[in-house]
Amino acid sequence: MADVSERIKSAIESNRILIFMKGNRNFPMCGFSAATVEIFDSLGVPYETIDVLADQEVREGIKRYSNWPTIPQVFINGKFIGGCDIVRELYETGELEPMVRAALAEGASRG
Amino acid sequence: MDPKQIEELIAKGIPGARVEVRDYTGGGDHFEAVVVSEAFEGKTLVERHQAVYNALGDAMRARVHALTLKTLTPAQYAKRR
Repeated sequence: MADVSERIKSAIESNRILIFMKGNRNFPMCGFSAATVEIFDSLGVPYETIDVLADQEVREGIKRYSNWPTIPQVFINGKFIGGCDIVRELYETGELEPMVRAALAEGASRG
Repeated sequence: MDPKQIEELIAKGIPGARVEVRDYTGGGDHFEAVVVSEAFEGKTLVERHQAVYNALGDAMRARVHALTLKTLTPAQYAKRR
């Protein structure tokens, strides 16, 4: 099996919008994870999630990978955007949607 | 953990910061913090939160289950009021 940071890196690179969370979009297992997917649902954009509760290696590995001690963690276009508070703040200031649209548009044009 | 202890750790890690911490469940492990510092000027939100997490060090990993963070520069704080 590949090294956990390699697995994390490849997951981040192969998804336009990726959320490391507790549980999944239908059954979030933590209020902060729930609030985060709710924001992306309200934008109506496609995103992928990884359930860190299902993989202890990823749960610890992602914290080292991004130097960030908490879950959820959101990556857009391979870049770490932040956790629940930052996503909420970017959503409230109106910065999140254009960021997300630009990332998705870039993905589409690349095919 | 006591909210005061968290305030002290953050203030020690980010000298000059104005810190207010609230225990919003009363359980001693879910906190809300507002941190105002000149050091946040020109920093991204990720960098600001990382500065707070670094200030908390092991306490963040071991004793704090959840920390809702607002990180502001003095100018942003003034505008909010």
